[in-house]
Amino acid sequence: MTIAVAMKVNGKAVSGQVEARTLLVQFLRENLRLTGTHVGCDTSQCGACVVHINGKAVKSCTTLAAQADGTEVTTIEGLARDGKLHPMQEAFREHHALQCGFCTPGMVMSAIDMLRRIPRPDEATIRHELEGNICRCTGYHNIVKAIQAAAKVMGG
Amino acid sequence: MVENGIGARVRRKEDFRFLTGQGTYTDDMNRPGQAHVFLLRSPHAHARLKKIDARQALAAPGVIAVITGADLEAAGVGPLPCGWQIFNKDGTPAHEPPHPVLAVGRVRHVGDPVAAVIAETRALARDGAEKLVVDYDPLPSVTATAQAAKAGAPAVHDGAPNNVCFDWHFGDAAAVDQAFAKAAHVTTIDLYNNRLVANAIEPRAAIGEYDPAADRHTLYTASQNPHVIRLLMGAYVLKLPEAKLRVVSPDVGGGFGSKIYHYAEEALVTWAAKKVGRPVKWTADRSESFISDAQGRDHVTHAELALDKSGKFLALRVQTTANLGGYLSTFSTAIPTYLYATLLAGLYTTPAIYCGVKAVFTNTVPVDAYRGAGRPEACFVVERLVEKAAQEMGLDKTEIRRKNFVPKSAMPYQTPVALQYDSGDFITHMEAALKLADHGGAEKRRADAKKRGKLLGVGLSTYIEACGIAPSNVAGALGARAGLYESAEVRFHPTGTVTLFTGSHSHGQSHETTFAQLIAEGLGVPIENVEVVHGDTDRIAFGMGTYGSRSLPVGGSAIVKAMDKIVAKGKKIAAHMLEAAEADIEFKNGTFRVAGTDKGLSIGQIAFSAYVPHNFPLETVEPGLDETAFYDPKNFTFPNGTHICEVEVDEDTGAVQLTRFVAVDDFGRIINPMVVEGQVHGGIVQGVGQALVEDCIYDPTSGQLVTGSYMDYCMPKADLVPSFQVATNEGAPCTHNPLGVKGCGEAGTIGAGAAVINAVVDALKGFGVTHMDMPATPEKIWRAMHGKAAKAAE
Ligand code: FES
Ligand code: FES
Repeated sequence: MTIAVAMKVNGKAVSGQVEARTLLVQFLRENLRLTGTHVGCDTSQCGACVVHINGKAVKSCTTLAAQADGTEVTTIEGLARDGKLHPMQEAFREHHALQCGFCTPGMVMSAIDMLRRIPRPDEATIRHELEGNICRCTGYHNIVKAIQAAAKVMGG
Repeated sequence: MVENGIGARVRRKEDFRFLTGQGTYTDDMNRPGQAHVFLLRSPHAHARLKKIDARQALAAPGVIAVITGADLEAAGVGPLPCGWQIFNKDGTPAHEPPHPVLAVGRVRHVGDPVAAVIAETRALARDGAEKLVVDYDPLPSVTATAQAAKAGAPAVHDGAPNNVCFDWHFGDAAAVDQAFAKAAHVTTIDLYNNRLVANAIEPRAAIGEYDPAADRHTLYTASQNPHVIRLLMGAYVLKLPEAKLRVVSPDVGGGFGSKIYHYAEEALVTWAAKKVGRPVKWTADRSESFISDAQGRDHVTHAELALDKSGKFLALRVQTTANLGGYLSTFSTAIPTYLYATLLAGLYTTPAIYCGVKAVFTNTVPVDAYRGAGRPEACFVVERLVEKAAQEMGLDKTEIRRKNFVPKSAMPYQTPVALQYDSGDFITHMEAALKLADHGGAEKRRADAKKRGKLLGVGLSTYIEACGIAPSNVAGALGARAGLYESAEVRFHPTGTVTLFTGSHSHGQSHETTFAQLIAEGLGVPIENVEVVHGDTDRIAFGMGTYGSRSLPVGGSAIVKAMDKIVAKGKKIAAHMLEAAEADIEFKNGTFRVAGTDKGLSIGQIAFSAYVPHNFPLETVEPGLDETAFYDPKNFTFPNGTHICEVEVDEDTGAVQLTRFVAVDDFGRIINPMVVEGQVHGGIVQGVGQALVEDCIYDPTSGQLVTGSYMDYCMPKADLVPSFQVATNEGAPCTHNPLGVKGCGEAGTIGAGAAVINAVVDALKGFGVTHMDMPATPEKIWRAMHGKAAKAAE
């Protein structure tokens, strides 16, 4: 059984016919070829798949494409404007908050949502808020630094 | 200093694509006409595989083919090879049972692949696999390391009595016995080095493709060493000549050892693509990674340290049982032997060392190198023993180490376990770490913590590791079935830009930046004009890939050698163009100059004339400026350092909070401090993870993997650790490679585990606790505290 889905992704209207069981991450990666959103687990724990739906962070591996019907989705590909990185992306670069880069899209999307909710988090809060994102490379040290730096720039 | 050269904190060239979602990991790739494969895996730890009925699966929607082990055998597909031969004490070779790509006749661990279903989509392949009818005859299983060699344990392989793969030893047993006989004190320890799962966040993936016109196969795979995969798969498994096989490892999302090995899925998709006439793609689910990626560690060890009455080490005796799992993974046999026993001298002058290692088969996922690979196990044995000895003899933890460190003046130092340390200044990094950790203030912090109901513990560990995995002739004599050099090609283009082709592979290590810095420093080419290419056997002459912290000491040295050739050729060209003698040409900061004059040509001008050779010494020099070098190291490199950690244990719950972590490392010369710090941070958290939360557990009765997902296998999260203080000491560079570098990839993981456990034991010393196995969970700690309390109350 296939169903029709339509949504805005990174500001562009998109639509498709998908199997009902299709996950949002599959729709993004396979139908739209937006492969910046990654899959790192099958139990909704690693956060490599985090995107924004209507401005809020969600795990796209645990969301059906059908659930995103009619929403506005932002993925990592939609953050930079005219070749200029989003302040969070810039902070990750400046502070070497990524190594292999696989967790990075989800980390960046979660971090942006974190600052939307808590504009000036302290270190303990940042570490606690990152509970849903696993990074095996960086030891989190520089991710925490990057988020602190981004919080300053983003004017919280 | 050259801009963006050695020592600069250059921001990474690779970051833009990763930060904007434009990386290309294997699963991001899709080949035209691609089909998908799903692997049906054994649900049993051990069973006879009797019959596979594929009729219903073949009739399922979208299913293209079903492949079994029998099909592969009939097609002449060979088993997966083991890359390192080990010999028993009696000189006979280790038992190396075949490791088929798909199981034949028996399955030996949960996850052992049984059949492959190829279909139009991944979902349809999975649906099809549900229709396979497999007839298993379950057998009793053994998973625990300590049980495998016991009488009556189920036999994992026929022909390996008592499940022993090899019974190996190293060192001088007689000298050790003599030293023990005259020891004033002997400290003993029994420990389990827990099994871990590497858990790179990118699950493994592979795509096979066949071009009938050229009769050529291409394999895209998330690997740390594509040339090694081409070599092993081509020569042993599929029997394809190198020229007919291209292996590409594009962006790879972390490896930590688990992506070194040649895996069944790689051979399967490569073979199947020709069979079904379409590209075939496989991507692991995380739960599949847990039962198919090689795992790490898993040693049971009894160790004894003999000391004289002043606390000087006289001898070390170690007996380890190492669990290799159900089959031999590519480098599995080298890890608990030459990467373990040879490191047991640590930083100390212990004159006599003996180590016996019995390696056993069990019904578990194969075990191989995981970040550190043998060296964290060795460090844990040595540093736990040293700590325990200090406690028993009433010596301070720093005093006992100072007394036994190999002094800087003794370098180069020959250890009793084969290695010759070329350099190191151990006291200096320990003192620096003590200072950075404000060790003097620890007792005050302990008292403050106590007021808050917390028990503070201070743990120190020192480590040394052997990296670079060195001279090929030495490795060959020890059983390696491969050479262990690295290649580099520096290609100037006519306009003066450079492409560097390296046989090392980056999967987070930042080679695109660090290696470009080497070119900027060595040839004076602006970093933005340097492109680094890795991970493609069609583009790079040869390579041994990245593991064992070898990229910079071996791969970087090959780059230096290739640059030397560029400069040598450039001098010849410059001499001709400047009408001077070649001997008078100097090269510095990108300019060839006639010594003592201001006559000079930039390397860009030289490159241009090499490709447009109008005014060129054509009689003696070939046109073009493109040089390849292979570097075979003269010795291992020996990164070393001190880690200090403080923990607070909650008196009521046993929960551990890491409150301080300091690492001072000697990696030799540092190319990019920002990158090095990042490597140390990540390594530390993997060590802390092992010490506090990570544990790979098999059910002893059923042989099922209990910790088979992120719900059960506890990954270190951001709130497990504090921010770190890390520093390096560059005062004792490597003496035998041109850059003076030692490698930094594994250090954090090697030193951290022992530091954390030493701290936990220190926190609990009031309860009479002398050892704690990893991971030190709140439950174990609570029991340790209450066990003692209960005994006291009796
Ligand atoms: S893929 Fe791991 S949480 Fe979504
Ligand atoms: S950068 Fe590799 S997992 Fe985070």
